Amino acid sequence: MNQLKLPSYLDQSEAVKDRFDRMKKRPVTLQVKNLNKVFDTPQGKVTALKDINFETYKREFVCVIGPSGCGKSTLIRILAGLETQSSGDVLLDGVAVNGPGPDRGMVFQGYTLFPWLSVKDNVMFGLEMSGHSKATSEEQAFQWIDLVGLGKFAKSYPHQLSGGMKQRVAIARALANQPRILLMDEPFGALDAQSRAKMQSYLHEIWKNIDVTILFITHDLDEAVFLADRVLVLKANPGEVQEVIEVPVPHPRSPEQLLEPEFLATRKRLEDLIHPPEPDVGINEDHLNMVRMVRVDNEVESVF
Amino acid sequence: MIMFSNLFSIGTKLDSRQRLTMSVFSFLLPLLIWSLVSYVPFIWHPKVEIYTAGDVSYFNKGLLIDREIFDREVEAAIKESKAIPEGVPANPVYLPAPHEVATALYTAFTTEPKRRNEKWLHESLWDSIQVIFWGFVISSFFGVPLGILAGTYDVFSKLFEPFIEFFRYLPAPAFGALAVAVLGIYDAPKIAIIFIGTFFQQVLVVSNTTRKLDPALLEAAMTLGAKRMSLLFRVVVPGIITHLYKDLRLLLGWAWTYLIVAELIGTSSGITWFITQQARYKNFDNVFAAIIIIGIIGLTTDIILAAIGRKIFPWEKGQAKS
Repeated sequence: MNQLKLPSYLDQSEAVKDRFDRMKKRPVTLQVKNLNKVFDTPQGKVTALKDINFETYKREFVCVIGPSGCGKSTLIRILAGLETQSSGDVLLDGVAVNGPGPDRGMVFQGYTLFPWLSVKDNVMFGLEMSGHSKATSEEQAFQWIDLVGLGKFAKSYPHQLSGGMKQRVAIARALANQPRILLMDEPFGALDAQSRAKMQSYLHEIWKNIDVTILFITHDLDEAVFLADRVLVLKANPGEVQEVIEVPVPHPRSPEQLLEPEFLATRKRLEDLIHPPEPDVGINEDHLNMVRMVRVDNEVESVF
Repeated sequence: MIMFSNLFSIGTKLDSRQRLTMSVFSFLLPLLIWSLVSYVPFIWHPKVEIYTAGDVSYFNKGLLIDREIFDREVEAAIKESKAIPEGVPANPVYLPAPHEVATALYTAFTTEPKRRNEKWLHESLWDSIQVIFWGFVISSFFGVPLGILAGTYDVFSKLFEPFIEFFRYLPAPAFGALAVAVLGIYDAPKIAIIFIGTFFQQVLVVSNTTRKLDPALLEAAMTLGAKRMSLLFRVVVPGIITHLYKDLRLLLGWAWTYLIVAELIGTSSGITWFITQQARYKNFDNVFAAIIIIGIIGLTTDIILAAIGRKIFPWEKGQAKS
């Protein structure tokens, strides 16, 4: 097989380097300092997150990626305030967060739309919770619904929508509160490949046009490289930051870039970090112990 | 007959016409069995109705007698060359034929009460419905909020549920005498019995339903800024309301089962009074008629409530699917 000659994922073009320099001069939106999370289980203490440190800049798009069990969901739930850390700080615009609140919007993998509310009322929910009048909430809700392209479905109930549409409503609902940061926990994980690609493009469009920082959890390497400015790579047992990768793929992103050298180089780096080559110790559990179970006179002698 | 085998494929739903047909059959089938037992002489019919007494001294026209005794007397009469008694196979008096019950259903409403202070059947029924209604409304008024609280907050769950678990094993009728002593002999103790029978189950059923609410919905609401009271009233309550409504429909059925006991307490009244009175006179056709009326009222109420539910919870259809 031809080994494709890839550049290093650390090589950045002038434009990309310049953009990162400018980005790092922006104010920090979210800062995570020495974050630890230990679960008490019947089997003893389990360290889910160990000494996590990172920050996101204003209007940055950060993806968090890692093998299963690396605590990425625990991390985002702590950031959302749905779980409490064992030690360490989460600062939003320099202020420690305490419990869930509308300044941190969250989009879950399982949509979590309120089934008893229409699309419009779902989007209005957060606005009404933060004390807006019904009229203002309604007016703003329509703007957000239009933004995600669901104007025609404002009166529909969630069960009448497709998965992708539901997730767009969930995004609109979270954005309606104008959060400082949008936390997304594998939001497109339940979608088929085609809708997922479409949703990724939508999300980028929305992100470009709105003043919001996005922290996006995924286990899909392509998704991470395609969406992110920087990718936070976690490793499992215990969950630690392994590397923060600055994605050298220039903006605006398009699906054609999936085959470009910078993209492939970054993807390969992620692949190596998350699925490191296993040391050959003789016994390979993954090897199937197969014997030939086809009759000798089978019409198809070999599948090759 | 078309696609008969399709009816028995596992895991497939019938279409709406097949479903209706089956529902009709589910009523026709028991009616068919009842008719067979009533109208086909060689099925069951353990009695003989005498129409000619012959020379048997204690036989009268219209008397119902065990078939064995009848056969013995016929044999004896033949042996002694006396006049032979004659009769037709009959069922016991407590199993009237469908047409007799159908007639009774009609005449029960048209027959004036025998004594002036007695009530018409529809008046008795109305009394029963009122007792059920108030018993159920009062029970729900306390039971539903308590159940929701217990299902939402662990502190209320641990505070209420152990005692309620204990109390629900105490049979409601056991409180009959007490209820009369405290509340007098008229409708109040009857309502109390229905309350006791419904309330404790209701709290547990409602709290269980509340606990089944998807916690992710609560989390989503919290990230949108919902706090305590709005979580309860804007998420928990609407989130469970369709299931709650179904629970209440089910519990209303249970309330009816306590009605008969409740109405025997203090002064007999309502449909139960009618039934016991008719049974005393051996008018079993009227007894059956009254029982059928209870069934019809129960089923009709439930069908109406289900239809109302579909109207006021337009999202329910999709929820059931997903």
